[in-house]
Amino acid sequence: MNDLNMKSLEAKVVVLGSQGVGKTSVVIRYVGGMFSKAVSPTIGASFFTYKLTLEQYRVKLQVWDTAGQERFRSMAPMYYRKANAAMLVYDITSLESFYDIKDWVKELKKNVDTPIVLCLLGNKSDLESGRKVSTEDAAEYAASIDALFYETSALKNTGIEDAFLQVSKQLIHLYETVPNSGMGSLIPSQPASDMFASDQPLTLPDRKEVESAGQRSGNCPC
Amino acid sequence: MAAEVREAEQIGNTSDSDSVQTELLETNEIPGKSENALLVATDSFEDLNYAGLTNGTLPTVSTSGTIHSLVKKKARRASALLDENEAAGDNTASSDETTNAVDQESSEVSGEDSQEDHLESRLTDLSLNETESLPEEIPMTQLIPTSSDIEDVNSLEWKQQRRHIFIISESGKPVYSRHGSEDKLVTIMGVMQALVICTHDFQKDTLRSIVAGDHKFVFMCRDHLTFIGITRGRESTQQMLLQLTYMYNQVISVLTLSTLTRIFKQHRNYDLRRPLSGAEKFFDNLLNLMDVEPGLLLSSVRCLPLDSSVRENISHSIVQHAKVKDLVFALIIAQNQLVTLVRMKKYYIHPMDLHLIINLINASESFKAAESWTPICLPKFDACGFLQAHVSYLDEECHTCLLLLSVDIEAFYILSECKAKIKERLVRYNALKAINDSLRRNSYSIQQCSISDLRHFLYKSRSIAQYTSPELEAPYHTKEEQQRLFDLYHYLHDRIHTSGRQLKILFHVGPYETLLGWVTQGFELYAVFGPLVTKTIAIHAVNKLLRWIKKEEDRLFILSSVTF
Ligand SMILES: Nc1nc2c(ncn2[C@@H]2O[C@H](COP(=O)(O)OP(=O)(O)OP(=O)(O)O)[C@@H](O)[C@H]2O)c(=O)[nH]1
Ligand SMILES: [Mg+2]
Repeated sequence: MNDLNMKSLEAKVVVLGSQGVGKTSVVIRYVGGMFSKAVSPTIGASFFTYKLTLEQYRVKLQVWDTAGQERFRSMAPMYYRKANAAMLVYDITSLESFYDIKDWVKELKKNVDTPIVLCLLGNKSDLESGRKVSTEDAAEYAASIDALFYETSALKNTGIEDAFLQVSKQLIHLYETVPNSGMGSLIPSQPASDMFASDQPLTLPDRKEVESAGQRSGNCPC
Repeated sequence: MAAEVREAEQIGNTSDSDSVQTELLETNEIPGKSENALLVATDSFEDLNYAGLTNGTLPTVSTSGTIHSLVKKKARRASALLDENEAAGDNTASSDETTNAVDQESSEVSGEDSQEDHLESRLTDLSLNETESLPEEIPMTQLIPTSSDIEDVNSLEWKQQRRHIFIISESGKPVYSRHGSEDKLVTIMGVMQALVICTHDFQKDTLRSIVAGDHKFVFMCRDHLTFIGITRGRESTQQMLLQLTYMYNQVISVLTLSTLTRIFKQHRNYDLRRPLSGAEKFFDNLLNLMDVEPGLLLSSVRCLPLDSSVRENISHSIVQHAKVKDLVFALIIAQNQLVTLVRMKKYYIHPMDLHLIINLINASESFKAAESWTPICLPKFDACGFLQAHVSYLDEECHTCLLLLSVDIEAFYILSECKAKIKERLVRYNALKAINDSLRRNSYSIQQCSISDLRHFLYKSRSIAQYTSPELEAPYHTKEEQQRLFDLYHYLHDRIHTSGRQLKILFHVGPYETLLGWVTQGFELYAVFGPLVTKTIAIHAVNKLLRWIKKEEDRLFILSSVTF
């Protein structure tokens, strides 16, 4: 592939879900390629970046890993309002964490009117013996909200790569089909050094601009 | 223990006259004195906590509104910009007015503009909003003690804890317990809350403390919460109250005072453990810090020893690369020590708030994984609102932590950019290496002061609210001995501060060491000598020590404050 034909895309991904479902573990597995049993609860929100090349695109994901603790609940809108994709993580051994996803989806539907890629993740799939949420139920629910669905294990490293890859594909699709989708595109020639090297403030989606473009909420299957 | 104290009082030789003091002080220069302090010089231990306690009322927090005024300023700036744009070059008179308005930040402005309201609501957004989603009351099934309760409370391990700290809500609900699970302690907490309420309702009095055997119970009621400290140690009632005040501040730091009062106004019975869930480790860690970090008792902080040129370089890097609107404080902390602090003009950090920040860093492993963005309330700065903290480590080993505190909740990306630039500069100028070298070297050995028979000391410069002390070395290298040393400092501190009249100097001969405490307008010094030192020798020695500290002051303290 000719390097000059590469386009660049920058997208924000927010990771939501209850306390302890493994959001940070999933993100660290994807971004850092490792798993730590001793990961500690997130305070506020942590910011990760990940770069990948996909279909003529250099995609830069800005991943916001939010805290599941109740006291940070009210901060979430700050992150999902600007997100282009939301990863909704539950723990397959906890029915409650699955029900919490429904609250998240309700909240997103109410507060986000820009197109957003949704992806449901049933994490800790390695704990099969303690399973409380069946794959069928979760898949059915994912279909009903027009979301991608993967069962993942941060421990065994299954499903995570696929999930982020599909999300990225959908983000590219969204970017190509919906103008003003709120995703920033980088100038191809810009060195891939520090993401904050430029003095330009990052492009944040303008609510009004996007509204007209994205009547269809949810995503577009590739 | 008690006998030892009595013995001490007999032998203890006290002197509190000013004339003696001037005679004693051989140098007229106070080490670490500065007119340009970077921290709130709180000062006296007495004012700090229980001013007004004598008449049973606690001082109310008067700092609320700082963030509000900063946000107003921000809003006005934004609207000034808008005005400017709309009426491009209209007239100079009106633009002058706007600048004036920006300057008088504390005065109320009558014309509230919508943008300001918008920003305010954003801020309150951040606090926990419990109005709609209050859960069903959780039934108190635990009221009747089951066998496992009894086991827990009666277990030897639980009983033998040196110190217990409880937080109980007004309605008697457990909020926090240092040892054992709150659920299992419902009964005991209920009893304690009953004691507080009975005293209050029937005697029209406030329960302050109870002594039972070798245990001391200290009570503090504040904003619908009761804080109870129980100790077998040497802490005085006042010192326990200080610890409880830190606990109260920690609660506020997580929730803000406005949220706390709103919650209880709406639901007297609310289970506060829900919004505090996940914050228990901050309480635990804070209490652990109090056992090893004298800065909390002294209401001052310890600085990482650094050449003043290096420190200057660091703060200038920050000033240069973090000149961002709405950034109130920028600070670097390395292993519980302050490396540098840059502040917005007119705004200061209180040492108690700084200890909460240090505690936040100390107790949160998660900051080591990635750049983070988290709300934090600094009760002395403004108990009613959150600042947003950009937290990141500057080195691979995660020793050196940069915090950028802003009132703008959208500032993350800008601050992240600042952080990258600051880091780049600190690496280029070897400042990070200097910090790491200093950390590796440890602070300094008492040997370096070359004063024979001086074993350890704490020196606090009052004008800058910073203290210094040497490493803990033999004989204070075991946990038990360190505990004993801390007990001695608590004893000395208490005697000097709270024994009716304020003492200036206290000489105390104990069985294992001799203590000298000395408090002047400029400093507090607590020195520990070997057992055979006489008063004259000790006084001579501390004078020598003061000269040594004076000589080292540029390295040990931050003497001038840097602003953006
Ligand atoms: N067996 C198993 N354990 C996991 C997996 N992912 C995470 N965990 C464990 O689950 C616990 C919580 O993981 P975190 O990644 O901290 O969860 P979180 O969702 O980020 O939690 P908060 O930040 O508090 O919201 C940790 O002990 C992890 O080791 C997994 O795939 N399998
Ligand atoms: Mg997490």
